[in-house]
Amino acid sequence: MARGYKYFEAIEKHAGLLGILIVVMVSMGGLAEITPLFIQAHAVAPGPGVKPYDPLRLAGKDVYVREGCYLCHSQMIRALRAETQRYGAHSTVAESVYDRPFQWGSKRTGPDLARVGGKYSDAWQRLHLVDPRAVVPESNMPAYRWLESAKLDGSDVAKRMRALRALGDPYSDSDIAAAPKAVEGKTELDALVAYLQALGVSR
Amino acid sequence: MIRTAETYNDEIVRLFLLAAAVWGIVGMAIGVYVAAEMVWPGLDFGVPWLSFGRLRPNHTFGVIFAFGGSALMGTCYYVVQRTGHTRLALGGLANFTFWGWQLGCVLAMATMPFGMTQGKEYAEPEWFIDIAVAIVWVSFGIVFFATVARRRIRHIYVANWYYGAFIIAVALLHVVNNIALPVSLTKSYPVYAGSVDAMVQWWYGHNAVAFFLTAGFLGMMYYFVPRQAQQPLWSYRFSIVNFWALISIYMWAGPHHLLYTALPDWVQSVGMAFSLILLMPSWGSAANGLMTFNGSWHRLKDDPAAKFMVVSLVFYAAATLEGSMMAIKTVNALSHYTEWTVAHVHSGALGWVAMITIGSLYAMAPRALGQPAMHSRGAMELHFWLHVVGVLLYVCSMWIAGITQGLMWRATDADGSLTYPFIDSLIAIRGLYGVRWFSGLLILGGMVVMAWNLWHTAAAARAHLIKPIPVPIPEPESKQVPAPLPAGG
Repeated sequence: MARGYKYFEAIEKHAGLLGILIVVMVSMGGLAEITPLFIQAHAVAPGPGVKPYDPLRLAGKDVYVREGCYLCHSQMIRALRAETQRYGAHSTVAESVYDRPFQWGSKRTGPDLARVGGKYSDAWQRLHLVDPRAVVPESNMPAYRWLESAKLDGSDVAKRMRALRALGDPYSDSDIAAAPKAVEGKTELDALVAYLQALGVSR
Repeated sequence: MIRTAETYNDEIVRLFLLAAAVWGIVGMAIGVYVAAEMVWPGLDFGVPWLSFGRLRPNHTFGVIFAFGGSALMGTCYYVVQRTGHTRLALGGLANFTFWGWQLGCVLAMATMPFGMTQGKEYAEPEWFIDIAVAIVWVSFGIVFFATVARRRIRHIYVANWYYGAFIIAVALLHVVNNIALPVSLTKSYPVYAGSVDAMVQWWYGHNAVAFFLTAGFLGMMYYFVPRQAQQPLWSYRFSIVNFWALISIYMWAGPHHLLYTALPDWVQSVGMAFSLILLMPSWGSAANGLMTFNGSWHRLKDDPAAKFMVVSLVFYAAATLEGSMMAIKTVNALSHYTEWTVAHVHSGALGWVAMITIGSLYAMAPRALGQPAMHSRGAMELHFWLHVVGVLLYVCSMWIAGITQGLMWRATDADGSLTYPFIDSLIAIRGLYGVRWFSGLLILGGMVVMAWNLWHTAAAARAHLIKPIPVPIPEPESKQVPAPLPAGG
């Protein structure tokens, strides 16, 4: 046995010590990488024009998350020439400060959507969501017909805004009070289109 | 009352074995279905809960947590008893971990398709399921460490180190990543936003791979590979060195999922550097497993379980090399967001994780089911070939698809304009999506063959004819701490 082994042997024979050392070893990476970002996050000001989602767009963003759009579409234009050429200026941290959860994505079965806002008309977006192959015959995107008939619930949207305010998003009382009226009579499809049409337009 | 000798608690192992077989088929069947949807998008029939975006989390959750989780917990309970020469502690709590885990999986799989999702990859289930899962997980940890504490072998065998790290780290990752503020029962918002959420999510996502899909399965490997090779581990000391390196380095590598994004540059560079270093303990572990077969390679001819294990280790080495290479920024610039990532994940998940699991289940099942061997060796062989051909087809088709996408997205004409509109890159790989779907069918077919084989191997168990296996009580060492337990304790 090599010298020093007896110290190591203590770990191999004591479950408690082994457990504590495991905790120490697995904690280091996260602490080193996440803590600075956490501290820094308060210093990241929202980009110019980046505001908390208005009620309709908030509802739209939540539909986007619910339907799992992020599984096939990223919202992150990387700082690479081919990307900025295809999708527009590269994405910045200041643009996603109100995204809970973040929508950077991990896979592009379809194109990046970070700056899709205004690229197509509302009518195109509606048709494309309800019947993608009517506008892009080769597309393999699912059709989202059920969004057309699903009405938004104003009090639910207000509740969501209150939760986001509790997490630090700057909604005022009047913003929240106005929510039910803002989404009255609107469908989930209206909300999703409103969300998509605002993506990246602040920049 | 006469005190009977202590026996191993294999009832719980059998329950998890059954659950793993069922979830494996369910999770992979959903995978095959969503793969078909990518070729024939009309397959959702306009039904919201059959839509790709709603079902994909069910595939990933089903195979990772329901199938993988059941296999890990079952083998963990089997291994910790055998390596400690002791009965599983806290039998009631162990039963709770089984039913609790199954309930958590059913709840998750039953709510996600109906839009109850946090929208974080591999952590989709909503807050109330997260809390339930956390309670079950802590109970699992208590059962495991209580069993380690009552071991009769003073030395804690290395497989248990990996299982222990897996339990501790997954608890940490699960809790930190899922902190959220509920709006209602079915909706919550994460406390993290934007770049912080991205970092936390991929710290979680990457280390779910590290600790759920690697450390846990290495625990499995370190017990069942020497068992199946019928000789001791090639180097025990090497396994320990790899252990500390693996668990500490893995945790730093998460940012390689976010290269060239808006995440601060320094974190990206740190992530990339650690991802490269990670190759060392990964290959160390794979080499240790493979070298253990040195001198007993003939087992490959005689024993399909050993064949599964050897090929799984080769895939482990291949996938970790690939992973480190993909973490290099310039490679990642091409590979990220493409099907190459999907190929890499499945090379790891189907090649390494599924094959070491299947090998271990084939090694463990006859012993846990009171049989000398599996019911049909021919069926094991058939499963092996269906699986290997399926995985190779899957990985190769998605490699080609991914590199095609990456190259087409960046291709420019002589005048500097982009050569292809996005849709061209989809048209180019459509056929490969078909190949991938077919490869999934082969793999799923293999799982059905395994389930059939297990069902027949379990005939005696189903008739309640199994005698519990007595724990061999070793001679105590002098001045042994903890003092050896009396039999039946």
